[in-house]
Amino acid sequence: MTSPLQQKIKIAGPSVVTANRLGDGAVVYRTARHQWTTDIADAAVVSNATAATELLTPAKADGINAVDVYVAPVKLEDDRILPGNLREQIRMRGPTIELPYSYGA
Amino acid sequence: MYLYDEFDRTLLTERVSEFRGQVARRLSGELTEDEFKSLRLMNGVYLQLHAYMLRIAIPYGTLSAVQMRRLAHVARKYDRGYGHFTTRQNIQFNWIKLAQLPDAMADLADAGLHGMQTSGNCVRNITTDQWAGVAPDEIEDPRVWAELIRQHVTLHPEFSFLPRKFKIAVGASDHDRAALRIHDLALRMHKNGAGEAGFEVMVGGGLGRTPFIAKTIKQFLPVRDVLTYIEAVLRLYNQYGRRDNIYKARIKILVHDKGGEQFGKEVDAEWQNIKDGSLALDKDVIADIATRFQYPDYEKLLDNPPELKAAQADARFATWHANSVSRHKQSGYAIVTLSLKPIGKPTGDCTADQMDKIADIADRYSYSEIRVGHEQNLVLPQVAQRDLPEVFKALDAIGVATPNVNQISDIIACPGLDYCSLANARAIPVAQEISKRFAEPNLAKSLNRLHVNISGCINACGHHHVGHIGILGVEKNGEEFYQISIGGKADENAQLGTLLGPAVPYDDVVDAVEDLAEAYLALRERPDELFIDTFKRVGVEPFKERVYATR
Repeated sequence: MTSPLQQKIKIAGPSVVTANRLGDGAVVYRTARHQWTTDIADAAVVSNATAATELLTPAKADGINAVDVYVAPVKLEDDRILPGNLREQIRMRGPTIELPYSYGA
Repeated sequence: MYLYDEFDRTLLTERVSEFRGQVARRLSGELTEDEFKSLRLMNGVYLQLHAYMLRIAIPYGTLSAVQMRRLAHVARKYDRGYGHFTTRQNIQFNWIKLAQLPDAMADLADAGLHGMQTSGNCVRNITTDQWAGVAPDEIEDPRVWAELIRQHVTLHPEFSFLPRKFKIAVGASDHDRAALRIHDLALRMHKNGAGEAGFEVMVGGGLGRTPFIAKTIKQFLPVRDVLTYIEAVLRLYNQYGRRDNIYKARIKILVHDKGGEQFGKEVDAEWQNIKDGSLALDKDVIADIATRFQYPDYEKLLDNPPELKAAQADARFATWHANSVSRHKQSGYAIVTLSLKPIGKPTGDCTADQMDKIADIADRYSYSEIRVGHEQNLVLPQVAQRDLPEVFKALDAIGVATPNVNQISDIIACPGLDYCSLANARAIPVAQEISKRFAEPNLAKSLNRLHVNISGCINACGHHHVGHIGILGVEKNGEEFYQISIGGKADENAQLGTLLGPAVPYDDVVDAVEDLAEAYLALRERPDELFIDTFKRVGVEPFKERVYATR
């Protein structure tokens, strides 16, 4: 029986590896050079499980720069990398609402 | 206000120092995330979608003006200038940096504030009636009992690793303003036939994916036995609560599986072993805690003074007064609710500038006292009626005098997918759109008391199961959908809502709520029949027909 930690990753389309930065929780993406970036445009896009695993494994091992590492779907439009679902959109762009400080007393 | 002693201050100082070391070791890599996570959670630090979130306990919802200013300071210095008041009388800051957390906690500790036991599998912040100590229908101030329990369970080693979190609420009025029956354990003070005050003990309430209304396991518990009895409940939970399945670990599952009567018998058996031990309360201990709650030296004032009568000529003041001002136990005084539900804005949020000004207003008009209610509004509990016109002007100037308390736009909503890593759908924008749809004051007023509760996931932080109209966000094939239920309530006759039918898409939610409102207006027998009473009389079907007729 395969350990849950060794189970194969299933991805349905283009994906990136994402996490939260340890110091401030900011959303970061894994680059092809195995660094972290806050700009999704610099993220490495993978489209099969093998490539995703190769990107994910060292990312998870980097426990000092980022936490809660996982594979997230993206959409590719006109060579741009866009978040693949609403959750990832909100992670990248922030809350969909006007924040209170902008109408403070 | 409660006066903290040297023991409380030392505890907080030592805790901040300990956490400072833990953060330093995490940032240096000495601690892994797995090792650090439980340590940060013990201090109320979560990692959310975009940042760390710090949850700060406001025991029994009581804040001093000094503490409110300190919250404003933390919001301004370490966060983005605002905080979010929650349904458990806590406040959350959404954008704190890990490295700055120890400094923020040190600043909070100076004012007696902390995040201990706002997370993790321990006894959480003890909540109570936001009108405690001033409610006219109250037997005695329930905060005394909440404080006794708080002191007993704080960092209690036996109760720091429970199967799951444990929420306690205490009430002492006929009318339940603390949502007692949706808590793991709740105490309701009442009097027995001999006129003695004691507690009804309710256990096993809770919402989430398996909602239950708490069952009464003790009809009358003498006050001396409060700690021993709670100890017996917690021991039983510690021993038999499930630890193999997080979804079945809350005490509500244990109580449901055993049955309330059997659970009560087992608690009683455990209790017999400890009821006369060192935790039995003597009158001196109770009196000592009670003396640390200081009450204003009230002036002798009459109700409805000339200043108040004259101000009623102003229609805006009269509307606000009728909606947001309640009767106080002391003649000539009033309880004022500050709506944190401005039309079209996020629910429960408060900016640092607003916090500072509310503190100023509390200093001037409410003996420096502020309360937080589980409905995510604030309260000034000690306002002289003659000052109400000035208080209204001051509150109106900072946007916290929207006269919508208990109306359809006074919505309880969790942060939802805009902030929360557990959420499946957004809650705040839905609340904003509903409040805009019903912004017209006469329309909202015509709907009478109508509670809308919204949760962004099945964990039910927005208490959707007990909303008159409850809305639960779910995700279907990557899209936001919302299940609607009606007929829930969280008061002394608490009940869970009835699911209306299939979930509706995001764009249809507000229309569906409007359909429910229109159905209610058409179905009610009298203008003063409440939505919840109409539901009780006619059931779910007429509402269901209205909502799904065109969908």
